[in-house]
Amino acid sequence: MFYRENGQFKTTYRADQQIFPIAQDRWAVLLLIAAAFIVVPMLSSGYMFRAILIPFLIMSLAALGVNILVGYCGQISLGSGAFMAVGAYAAFNFFVRVPGMPLLLALILGGLCASAFGILFGLPSLRVKGLYLAVATLAAQFFSDWMFLRIKWFTNDAPSGSVSVAGLQVFGIPIESPTSKYLFCLTILVVLALLAKNLVRSAVGREWMAIRDMDVAAAVIGIRPMYAKLSAFAVSSFIIGVAGALWGFVYLSAWEPAAFSVDLSFKLLFMVIIGGMGSIMGSFFGAAFIVILPIFLNQFLPFLGRAVGVPISTVVTSHAELIVFGSLIVWFLIVEPHGLAKLWSIGKQKLRLWPFPH
Amino acid sequence: MKIRNVVLAGLLAAIGVGAYAQAKEQFFPLLSYRTGAYAPNGTPWANGKQDYLKMVIARDGGINGVKLTYEECETGYATDRGVECYERLKSRPGVALFDPQSTGITFALTEKAPVDKVPLVTLGYGLAVSQDGMAFKWNFPLQGSYWTGADILIQHIGKSLGGLDKLKGKKITLVYHDSPFGKEPIPLLQERAKMHGFELQLLPVTAPGVDQKATWLQVRQSKPDYVLLWGWGVMNSTSLKEAQATGYPRDKMYGVWWAGAEPDVKDVGEGAKGYHALALNTSGQQPKVMQDILKYVHAKGQGTGPKDEVGQVLYTRGVIIQMLSIEAVRKAQERFGKGKVMTGEQVRWGLENLALDQKKLDALGFAGVMRPLSTSCADHMGSTAARIETWDGKKWDISSDYLEADEQILKPMIKAGADKYLADKKMTRRDVKDCQS
Repeated sequence: MFYRENGQFKTTYRADQQIFPIAQDRWAVLLLIAAAFIVVPMLSSGYMFRAILIPFLIMSLAALGVNILVGYCGQISLGSGAFMAVGAYAAFNFFVRVPGMPLLLALILGGLCASAFGILFGLPSLRVKGLYLAVATLAAQFFSDWMFLRIKWFTNDAPSGSVSVAGLQVFGIPIESPTSKYLFCLTILVVLALLAKNLVRSAVGREWMAIRDMDVAAAVIGIRPMYAKLSAFAVSSFIIGVAGALWGFVYLSAWEPAAFSVDLSFKLLFMVIIGGMGSIMGSFFGAAFIVILPIFLNQFLPFLGRAVGVPISTVVTSHAELIVFGSLIVWFLIVEPHGLAKLWSIGKQKLRLWPFPH
Repeated sequence: MKIRNVVLAGLLAAIGVGAYAQAKEQFFPLLSYRTGAYAPNGTPWANGKQDYLKMVIARDGGINGVKLTYEECETGYATDRGVECYERLKSRPGVALFDPQSTGITFALTEKAPVDKVPLVTLGYGLAVSQDGMAFKWNFPLQGSYWTGADILIQHIGKSLGGLDKLKGKKITLVYHDSPFGKEPIPLLQERAKMHGFELQLLPVTAPGVDQKATWLQVRQSKPDYVLLWGWGVMNSTSLKEAQATGYPRDKMYGVWWAGAEPDVKDVGEGAKGYHALALNTSGQQPKVMQDILKYVHAKGQGTGPKDEVGQVLYTRGVIIQMLSIEAVRKAQERFGKGKVMTGEQVRWGLENLALDQKKLDALGFAGVMRPLSTSCADHMGSTAARIETWDGKKWDISSDYLEADEQILKPMIKAGADKYLADKKMTRRDVKDCQS
């Protein structure tokens, strides 16, 4: 009922090739974006922005990048944290060392450096696949950990190895208040998500998916595996790198290599698996699940305890949070191994037939 | 059905949070970690902080009649979770100050605290240069930084050799946690190495520090005269075990004060006998404050941790941190009005004007536990004194007198470091007039 397409005729190729061919979807997404830009800043508190929305946006962006590589091109990577780190430190170096460097340009250059780093560590993908590649990309993680801990030049010779940035601004507008930070991240996310969505629908994206589904067959029909795999690494690390720079600049504002540790790589991979591989939408769901759920549980469990009259000590809360979070991951993967995005599309399918399912 | 429940629960949680807004109380946010790689050390620290608060609430009913509240927030030692905790708790009414309980989180919050006007207490950790209160208005590395710690260790070693000049030609190895925490002492040690002509070898250990075979192979190869251990959590006991396996004499090993607590040596037991570490405080249940905690909190079954943990090294440190926080509020009340809830800015003034002499400490029940401490606008540390303690296989014994870090060496380094920080940030030093605000 809600998704009935009756009467929506496509008379041009243009109309047929839209991102959202169904009018309802188009409007829903436009409304969502408008709400994110206009309504959310009016309603949210400083805490919502700084602690939940901004990390959610940045992690969504990173998950989007990982999804291009893992979900669309099928190259499992455990080096995503490293690509974030390279983006953050490269942007930092451009920002600090080049006088008058605009923030946006620093972010883009950071992304490009991450892209180069990604291509370098994507080279093993030409020889090894699957789990073996995952282990090979771990090298990127360890290499970046080593690099940013030990090579002083990258941290601008900070004695403790921790770097910080201040005085962020774009076109003269300071990025200091929570609202401006949120809008800044949101803008970058929307632009890059749109680009990514278009990219995966294009010839390049179809090449990636062909490689993912069966690389030998793809090579037979004339797709160059090297070009396809390395372009996936380049695009994905660019997006992850920009996300890493945002994570350092906007969210943490001072960071050390531990902020981009192997834990983060795992988290990003979980976001993609839980959110839904090969789905732009899934990246958002996955990021929301991994970023927001632990915070929610951390606040909700003590509240639940008070509500039923059993005071829960902080010790119990911190352990229960991990237990509940872990069980939820297992539960979700059993119920829907294709991720939250699949649940979403099932929901849409049901709405199409509602109220007369057959 | 399930989704509805979740939404409902979320709404209820939101209402619950809203209910806090009405209370007129001094609020102490307690950042801590009870999970993750550093939990064995983070837990007693967190318990100490919370138990002291509980004790003051039960015994005194608050500070000059102002009720005290607290809430703990789990960071897992992760910077992003720490930032989330800070953002969540900083806007509570009556928030006094933050003790981030981690060097990494401290770095991130150092950028945020001046904007939000909330002081950060980083007792014995954090940024060494933040001792300079004229540059770092909101940071309080009370009782010591890694620079003072490293300085005291070198002084002590020199003293045990019979003079600092005897250090010439000696080889000292720093085995450190490869993070800002572990790297902080390096500039000072390099400075001292230049002064006295000893050779400084730097051996990093990747976090969390369970894999140290290669490090100790290098120690075995280079046979240093002394090993300084800058570890935290599981790294410390691993180091001691590796030293035992390597045959490196434990009595030539000196740990920072974060490497000198029960969880670090308990598992090694006799193997760690003779190992020294810096001590900012004593341990044990004899001091009056510990007796009070046992009486007012644990006897009523409200202790945060196990009873026999009360008085352990890190537990005591947690108690000291909380005591200094409460005394800062008390001090602020003396100026801005007794019986009122202090703002972060007023608490900052209190922290800047702490004056805890021996009499005051005795009255608070801290006789013998720690050194008197008095801060000022320019000196946010208050005291640089620390002692050396030695593990006898079962317990920590204090084995030296108090040593003070050498101001002559530290001052120019702190000034230079703070100036560089200010220049990087395009900020200027505080005006002297600002001290009275």
